[in-house]
Amino acid sequence: MTILRENLDAAPETTGWTAVCAYTDLLPEQGACVLVDGRQIAVFRTFDGDLYATGNLDPFSGAYVLSRGIVGTRGAEPTVASPMHKQVFSLVTGECLDDPAVTVPTYPVRLSGGAVEVRVL
Amino acid sequence: MTRLVVVGHGPTAYRLIETLLDRGFGGRITVLGEEPRAAYDRVALTSYLTGKSAEDLSYPVPEGITLRLGARVTGIDRESKVVTTADGRAEPYDVLVLATGSSPFVPPVPGRELEGCFVYRTIDDLDAIREASQGAAAGVVIGGGLLGLEAADALRGLGLRTHVVEMGGWLMPRQVDEGGGAVLRGHIEGLGLGVHTGAGVKEIAAGPDGRVTGLVKPDGETIEAQVVVFSAGVRPRDELARSSGLAVGERGGIVVDDGMRTSDPAIYAVGECALHEGMVYGLVGPCFTMAEVAADRILGGEAAFTPADMSTKLKLLGVEVAQFGAMDGALDVTFMDPVTGVYQKLFVSDDARTLLGGICVGDATPYNTLKPFVGRELPGSPSELLFTGGPANMDLPDDAQVCSCNNVTHGQVCTAIAEKGLTDVAEIKACTRAGTTCGSCIPMLKQILVKSGVEVSKALCEHFTYSRAELFDIVRVRGITTFSQLITEHGTGRGCDICKPVVASILASLGNGHILDGEQGALQDTNDRYLANIQRNGTYSVVPRIPGGEITPDKLIVIGEVARDFGLYTKITGGQRIDLFGARVEQLPLIWKRLVDAGFESGHAYGKALRTVKSCVGSTWCRYGVQDSVGLAIALELRYRGLRSPHKLKSAVSGCARECAEARGKDFGIIATEQGWNLYVGGNGGFTPRHADLFASDLTTDELIRVIDRFLMFYIRTADRLQRTSVWLENQGLDYVKEVVLEDSLGICAELDAQMERHVAGYADEWRAVLEDPDRMRRFVSFVNAPGTPDPSIAFEPERDQVKPVLIPLAAVRS
Repeated sequence: MTILRENLDAAPETTGWTAVCAYTDLLPEQGACVLVDGRQIAVFRTFDGDLYATGNLDPFSGAYVLSRGIVGTRGAEPTVASPMHKQVFSLVTGECLDDPAVTVPTYPVRLSGGAVEVRVL
Repeated sequence: MTRLVVVGHGPTAYRLIETLLDRGFGGRITVLGEEPRAAYDRVALTSYLTGKSAEDLSYPVPEGITLRLGARVTGIDRESKVVTTADGRAEPYDVLVLATGSSPFVPPVPGRELEGCFVYRTIDDLDAIREASQGAAAGVVIGGGLLGLEAADALRGLGLRTHVVEMGGWLMPRQVDEGGGAVLRGHIEGLGLGVHTGAGVKEIAAGPDGRVTGLVKPDGETIEAQVVVFSAGVRPRDELARSSGLAVGERGGIVVDDGMRTSDPAIYAVGECALHEGMVYGLVGPCFTMAEVAADRILGGEAAFTPADMSTKLKLLGVEVAQFGAMDGALDVTFMDPVTGVYQKLFVSDDARTLLGGICVGDATPYNTLKPFVGRELPGSPSELLFTGGPANMDLPDDAQVCSCNNVTHGQVCTAIAEKGLTDVAEIKACTRAGTTCGSCIPMLKQILVKSGVEVSKALCEHFTYSRAELFDIVRVRGITTFSQLITEHGTGRGCDICKPVVASILASLGNGHILDGEQGALQDTNDRYLANIQRNGTYSVVPRIPGGEITPDKLIVIGEVARDFGLYTKITGGQRIDLFGARVEQLPLIWKRLVDAGFESGHAYGKALRTVKSCVGSTWCRYGVQDSVGLAIALELRYRGLRSPHKLKSAVSGCARECAEARGKDFGIIATEQGWNLYVGGNGGFTPRHADLFASDLTTDELIRVIDRFLMFYIRTADRLQRTSVWLENQGLDYVKEVVLEDSLGICAELDAQMERHVAGYADEWRAVLEDPDRMRRFVSFVNAPGTPDPSIAFEPERDQVKPVLIPLAAVRS
């Protein structure tokens, strides 16, 4: 279940980016789900305009719903709470802050022109 | 194994048995009750006539005991240790407890046996009085004490012109002095009751049919009455003790020692039948203490009964009357306000420093604040304390008694708060029993909580140090309309799944447009965000509103067609509507388009808001119905639809006392009466079931709606996050909420009314508003980069001719 960020980071940064939507398709402090090569990725825009991407699968319930969770902060960490049973995940690391043994995958995400791009390898 | 036999099954016997079982008594318990029903709460007897059922008043029968009802004990053979009952059965015992209670004293007045004469003691008595009151015009109560006034209240409630005749010089002579009695009389006459003090009874007069026609006073005056209730005191039921040779008092009562043991060491006596140091106790508090002492002794302990506090506080006919401590002293200070009918008197020592006792009529605040100081130095000058309503900063000694019904001290409450980490009144009640019997100490429990060293954090979450109620006031008073403004000015960070939905709900309760617009959309939990209920596979269920559960065949057909066309699983809900399961996000607008076109609207099953108002079929069809329950349920559901609140709100309307709509399990439930509607509040099913409390009786429809408006708005303003009305009501106290809502004690009712009017006027169907707005519609896609693609992870399989979700097998989630 754990996707290792190191593997992703090891790949060259110039390849593998997919444009998934316009920045304006994302509402402040909300998530949206995108489909990339059959993979469901939750993309979030926080209040300060930053972008984050995680897997859409909630590992606790087995449902693909994380993009529909409430976005917020815990301390300084931007977070999303699963809409199913409210476990809170870091948007930065994918770690479940209520149960550190559980992690969801995170993906590099960037703004290119007005488009939001996600890199999936 | 010890064979314990208990004679009598009233509240005291119940408390004895409960205590024994709680403490692991290993013997066999047999209870012989004379009445045809198990123990019930006699303190609340009058509520039986105002809507409570015998079942409501009943205590649960404990597991593992043998309870024989209708079993009158006729003799005790102390030598062979056997009691015999009227049906000839014998019950052997090792330990016998007499809890035979008392019987009403009926003075030897000519005519007292006539048809139409009653006593006021058991549910059977009340049934008989109710029956006799039908067709009667007037009633008279003989006895102006506590029980007499309660009986008078009952007769008045039954629609009779009511008189009270008291031999003594004033009403309630055991609780108040002459001055207090005069003020009390003013209150009671103001309610239209006739009060005759210093008056004896010459005879009860009868008509030719042998039925009561009135009461004749010694001066020859006749008070017309078809119902006469004797309430001239009680006498201990000690006849069994007498006939078996146990020591009894000169004026009655079974003599007991400090351990509640009678003159026979194998026999105990507890409750109103027991005579301890020359005193018989008729109040529930001392009786419960006796039961606990006896239980302790039976278990081998050494508990001792000490002469008990006879303090009383009650609300009779809407008038608060209280007495505590002594009724005389070297000095006394009186506060009297004839305009509002308030009389308060404190008795103090000759140096005016030690409190000896007090009397209150019309306002019992001093009882709440000063009673624990009896026998101690007062925290201020008596006149100042009376004038200001009590000490500003109260430092109670640990051994001061807080709850006299259950003998709980200030120290015990503080210890429980500290050791068990209690944070609200409901928890204190559950843990210490304080406040569970008459409830008069609840205001004090609240103060102790506030004062307790334990920091009761009211902070909603890490982002706000305020409670929900405080945030509500901040938003309301400051006119805040966005989460950003609120958290910037009054919080830290950017919120979370706890505070965001709370703020969303507050903004919605105060009417801030569509719940998905602007920033509000980002505050909503997934259910509100998609206006549907998320299910375990990430699909949603759809519940159209069916007000009052009434639906036309055409609309039923539309629901059926929609379900069939979208492949939805259908189920009838507990709230008399239909739930359609298995809708994907992108299907929701298509489904709702069909439903809205057919005249449906959102049912708010997804919101912390009004859900349904259930109803029975009512007087339109039902041969028992007395009011149109369906019509009222529809009106209420349409009035309160969309009202966002701290938690979901459920309601029901029953068209008669048979209560087919189960209204008493609801946040606000309405039961029809011949005269109008009874309103019950604070009911709940769920994890902690609670029967709703009677809030107001015989209301017209307009009155009812006004009371519900205020009740709901007061709840919305002051409840905690996710706190149902049941817990909220326990914490606030029923009397307090009644004062706020029915008597406008806070002066906020006009505001509450206006707030509800704004809600009603501003209501719009949330789903129609989504369908009419492309911006809102854009949210309803599974994939923002592939709007037409359904979520491939969602699959269904057949079960019982419908679909059910295929669940994704959960791998071990922890790495």
